[in-house]
Amino acid sequence: MLQILMQILLSAISLGLLWAIMTIGVYITYRILDIADLSVEGSITMGAAIAATSIYHGMNPFAACALAVLGGMAAGLVTGLLHTKLKIPALLSGILTMIALYSVNLRIMGKANISLLRMETVYSKFETMGLDKTGAVILFGLLCVLGVIGTLYWFFGTEIGCGIRATGNNSQMARAQGINTNNMIILGLVVSNGLVALSGALIAQSQGFADIQMGIGSIVIGLASVIIGEVLFGKKNFFSRLIALALGALTYRIIIAAVLQMGMPANDLRMFTAITVAFALSLPVLKTYLVPFKKSMKGGM
Amino acid sequence: MLILKDVCKKFNPGTINEKQALTGVNLTLEEGDFVTLIGGNGAGKSTLLNCVAGVHTIDQGSIIIDGSDVTKLSEHRRAGSIGRVFQDPMMGTAANMGIEENLALAFRRGQNRNLKWGISHKEREQYKESLKQLDLGLENRLSAKVGLLSGGQRQALTLLMATLVRPKILLLDEHTAALDPKTAEKVLQLSDRYIREGNLTTLMVTHNMLNAIQYGNRLIMMHEGRIILDIKGEEKQQLTVEDLLKRFGQASGEVFANDRALLS
Repeated sequence: MLQILMQILLSAISLGLLWAIMTIGVYITYRILDIADLSVEGSITMGAAIAATSIYHGMNPFAACALAVLGGMAAGLVTGLLHTKLKIPALLSGILTMIALYSVNLRIMGKANISLLRMETVYSKFETMGLDKTGAVILFGLLCVLGVIGTLYWFFGTEIGCGIRATGNNSQMARAQGINTNNMIILGLVVSNGLVALSGALIAQSQGFADIQMGIGSIVIGLASVIIGEVLFGKKNFFSRLIALALGALTYRIIIAAVLQMGMPANDLRMFTAITVAFALSLPVLKTYLVPFKKSMKGGM
Repeated sequence: MLILKDVCKKFNPGTINEKQALTGVNLTLEEGDFVTLIGGNGAGKSTLLNCVAGVHTIDQGSIIIDGSDVTKLSEHRRAGSIGRVFQDPMMGTAANMGIEENLALAFRRGQNRNLKWGISHKEREQYKESLKQLDLGLENRLSAKVGLLSGGQRQALTLLMATLVRPKILLLDEHTAALDPKTAEKVLQLSDRYIREGNLTTLMVTHNMLNAIQYGNRLIMMHEGRIILDIKGEEKQQLTVEDLLKRFGQASGEVFANDRALLS
């Protein structure tokens, strides 16, 4: 029994690490740029589709991941151009890219899903070193997450990175300081979607297939992880925030594994996630409803 | 230093809300001119500043800063030669970023940004010195988030940011209007000091007639998108609020109306 639980926990951790990269991507748009970018729903599938198709055709899995990142970045570029150059609201730009990517992803894969069973993946190297599949995913996932955190910590400390942060924080101020806010928004979306596609590529290789439907609801999972990370693991400085995001993604996966284990039907999972996110997002407002109530209680006594 | 030639700006053209905000504005500022700009509601003061800053594109005319025509340059590309402080203290700084990060953003105004680290150690010392002069104790809180500062502190910081790299033009858009009187006076004195020390060419919108008279070497009054009064030198020094109101009446044929104008 304990062994089974351990196995479930480890598999949740391995999945959480891969989703952590996606979570960090969502954080870049949602918190740093202050844009809810829905194109990630398409770009996570795109990453999976590109990686799976390339590996299926015999490409080196690491090169396939790199190609997936480029694909995701291109998707981010499209959303960015729709939003900044054509002045389409950010939310709608993301939706348009997401819808378009559904067709693009079908084109890439040529069918609704591609199996990677018995193919060489990025994890194979670690498996030959004697780790089991889950162990290999955890090890490589951890390396990727740490790499992403380190790179982003550096990037958002540079002049350009500071420009992106200022743009998301106060675009008028950013322009007054000579920052090309349009380019910063585009760049932020490119980086974000590149990370999301990387996450998709790694998830596909870990689960052994890419599926056209796999991106549905991913933005909500990303948001849930961001919020859980911020609430539970703090947001002191940028570095600890990035760590908190990864921990948030892990926690989300463990929670999901737990509720499934307790007998919640898998079909209700997205409902559960949506309610969690709605609750977490409305917490500040809910608190203000509670405060006058508390005050009147005090006054009554 | 700044030349406006026949600048016209219409908002919402062709709709029921059409408004001619600027009607053929001509203005030349010499190097070191400190101009106070005053006028009634909807006179076009802020619009004029925003046109100079590039927030609005103008319909007609041209804007020349230090000999180069910037009429068609976008806001961020003009920023290198313009320092700005806004009416809303929240507007001029990035609340979620630290004091030093905000200063570092301002320090790079007008330069190409690349992948160098956003703040160098050498700069940090320089910022400490500059912050000391504000006398607000901010020099010991370099990494504190700007969102934690009071309105007055944020406005003082914005002013420092606007002048950190010497601007060819300094635009102050009612930058003390949202502050309490004591803080407003302090920020205004600070502005005056920076402007004098740097011999900065400045355009300051104010709703306070006394301030408009007290500060600067030149006073401009706007009405319905036009400049109706331009008082400088000796004449400006002897000006009183009564004079100003009388001359406004003569020039516009109306009584001065500004909800927020302080006449005393």
